[in-house]
Amino acid sequence: MARLNAENLATANEILSRYPVKKSAMIPLLHLAQEQDGYVADDAMAHIAELCDVTPAEVVGTCSFYEMFKRHEVGTYLVNVCTNISCMLLGGEELLHRLEDKLGIKHGGTTEDKMFTLEDYECLAACTEAPCMQVNYRYFHRIELDEAEKVIDDLRSGARTDIPPHGTLGKVRQHIPTGRSAGIVPPEQANEAPVWLPAPTPEGEGS
Amino acid sequence: MSNGYVAHAAGYVDNEGPKIVSSRFVHEDGHTLARYLETGGYVGLRAALAKTPSQVHDEVRDAILLGRGGAGFPAGIKWGFCPPGVWPRYLVVNGDESEPGTYKDRLLMECDPHQLIEGCLIACYALGLSQCFLYVRGEMALAQERIAEALNEAYAAGYVGKNILDTDFSVDIVLHWGAGAYIVGEETALIESLEGSRGMPRLKPPFFPAAIGLYGKPTIVNNVETLSNLPWILENGADAYKRYGSEASPGTRLFAVSGHVKRPGVYEVEQGVTTFRDLIYGDNFCQGMREGHDLKMFIPGGGSAPWFFEDHLDLPLEAKPVGAAGSMLGSGAIVIMDDSTDAVQACLRVVRFFARESCGKCTPCREGTTWEEQILRRIYDGHGRPSDIDMLLDVADNISPGPYPAAADPSQGLEAVPFPPKQTTICPLGPSSVAPIVSALRRFRPEFEAKITARASIPVSAG
Repeated sequence: MARLNAENLATANEILSRYPVKKSAMIPLLHLAQEQDGYVADDAMAHIAELCDVTPAEVVGTCSFYEMFKRHEVGTYLVNVCTNISCMLLGGEELLHRLEDKLGIKHGGTTEDKMFTLEDYECLAACTEAPCMQVNYRYFHRIELDEAEKVIDDLRSGARTDIPPHGTLGKVRQHIPTGRSAGIVPPEQANEAPVWLPAPTPEGEGS
Repeated sequence: MSNGYVAHAAGYVDNEGPKIVSSRFVHEDGHTLARYLETGGYVGLRAALAKTPSQVHDEVRDAILLGRGGAGFPAGIKWGFCPPGVWPRYLVVNGDESEPGTYKDRLLMECDPHQLIEGCLIACYALGLSQCFLYVRGEMALAQERIAEALNEAYAAGYVGKNILDTDFSVDIVLHWGAGAYIVGEETALIESLEGSRGMPRLKPPFFPAAIGLYGKPTIVNNVETLSNLPWILENGADAYKRYGSEASPGTRLFAVSGHVKRPGVYEVEQGVTTFRDLIYGDNFCQGMREGHDLKMFIPGGGSAPWFFEDHLDLPLEAKPVGAAGSMLGSGAIVIMDDSTDAVQACLRVVRFFARESCGKCTPCREGTTWEEQILRRIYDGHGRPSDIDMLLDVADNISPGPYPAAADPSQGLEAVPFPPKQTTICPLGPSSVAPIVSALRRFRPEFEAKITARASIPVSAG
C-alpha cells in the first residue's frame, strides 16, 4: 500500500508541529499510517522517515518494537482476548478457545475473509471486569462465551457498526487552535528560564 | 448495575469514604469541561497561580504526595532534583498503565481528564516546565478520545496554552499515544519511546530523568494518579490532605481489586488506615471471597509484586510495612486468588507476561525470563523433570542474585529482606519475573513437586 495521502499528510504535519524534535512524532505517525491502510505499509514507513528526518531503517526499528503496529495485513477487526492473571482466574483462556473454535483459527491468525484477527493478549487494564476482550481496542467487559460469539456474528453480518476498522484509535484528535500555542521550539532554542518564574534567589529555586 | 457499581465507569465502586481523585466518577459527563467547572474544576489552578511557583512546590512537598506509579517516591522531593538553571524542562505524564491487575489510571483519564490536565498545569507552573507530554497507553482508545476532547476544550477556554487565565504562565500539553509495550511504563523507556525510539530503559546513573531526560534536558516523569491529586491539594492545602491516611502516607489511593472476590472493583481507599483484610472482607469493599472458597494467596501490588498469604492480611495498605514484609504496593493492583487456583498455572501466567514483555536489552532478563517460562510450562504440562525446581531458582538467581524478599520466612529461619531485590539488569522487569516464582515455591512447593513426580494427565492449554 501507500504513502500517506494528502489529507493524512496535512494531519501528519499538524502532529509534527506539536513536537520540539521531529523524531518524537514517529509513533503517532505510524498510528496514522495504520489508520490509513489497516496496517503499516513499507511505503508509509519510508514516507514517515522523510517527514521525521530519519532513515527508513530507524522507522522500521521503532515500528517493529511495538505490539500494536502490524507490518502485514490483518483483519478488519482485531479481537484481543486478555488471558493475563485476573482474566485467567475468571475464564479468559476459555474465552480465547471458544473464539478460536468460532473463527476456525488459532490465536495470532486471521480468518480467510480477512474480517477477524484473533490475539492472545496481555493485561488490557479492565481486571475487575474479567474476563474482558477488546475489538479494535474497544472494551467488552465481563463477557460471557455466548455473548462473545454474538459480537463476532454481529460484526460479520454488519448488524453492528459502532466499531471503526482496525487502525483507527481515538476518533477525536487534539487540535491546538491557531494563536493559542505557548510556542513549541527545539530544546536548544528554549534555553532561558520561563517568564513566569521569579528571578533566582541566592538559595536557588527547585531545591 | 446497582451495588455501588457505576455503569459508565465500569469497574469503579462508589463506596463510602473520602474521595480526593474519584469524586467525579459518579457523573456520566464528568469528563466534560462544563461538569468539571460546576464541580470545583480549575479552582486548584487558580489557587496555584495566586502563589509563587516555589510556594506551590512547598505545598506539594508538605503534603508528602507519594508517587502512585509503583515506586512510591515523594513527588515533592522528586521535583527538587532538577538541576538549577538548566532549561528547558519538560513534564512527561506516565499514562502507559499496563501492569497486570492495574487500571486506576485508565479510569482517571476516561472519567476525569480535566483533573489530570489541571494537575499537569500545576506541576508545570511550580517547576517552570515549558511543555507537557501526556503519554497514554495505545490500547486505551476511549482514554485518548476523552483526553483529546478535554484538551481541545481547555485550549479553547484559555486553561491551556498561551497566557493561561491571562497570566504570564504559558504551557502546551500534547497528547501522545503509545503503541503497546509494557516496558515503556519504566520512566527512562518512556522517554526513549517519546523520542521516537524503541522503548528500552536507559542506565541510571547517569540518565536520571530529572537531570538528563527528554532530549537530554531535565524532565519530570509523574504518574497519572499522582498528578490528579494536585488540584485537590492546591485547593484545600497540604494540612487538609494530611488529615487523610497515615502520617507517612497521607491521602487516599485507588486500588483495583480483582479475582475471586464477591465485589471486585476500583476503590478509593485511605492509605495506611485500611488493611488488606478490610479491603477483601469489608462490607464497604469487596465483601469477602466468593461463596464456598477460601483465600489461597493474593498479589498486593501488580504482577511484579511478590505474593502475600493469609498471614499478611492485617498489614495496612501502606508502602513501608508492605515493603518490610517483602513485597510492595506497587501500582495499586490487588489480585485475589482462592483455593481453586493452581499455583503453578498462576505462576506460569505471570512469568509468561514478563517473558513476552522483556525488551531484550539485558541478557539475564531476555534469556532468563524465557527459560523461566519454558521450565514452568513443562512442569505445568506434566513434563517436568526432578531438576527443574533447582534450575528455575538458579535462573532466577542470575536475574536477581541473593535472597529474594519474598523468600523471607521467619518460621524457616530466613530473615526478612525488604523490597526491592538486587538485580543484574538495568530495570526491574527481570527481577519482577522472579517474584511469582519465589513466592509460589516458598508456599506451594509440594504442588510443583506433585506435578513433576506424578506426571498427571493435565490438560495441555494452548497459549
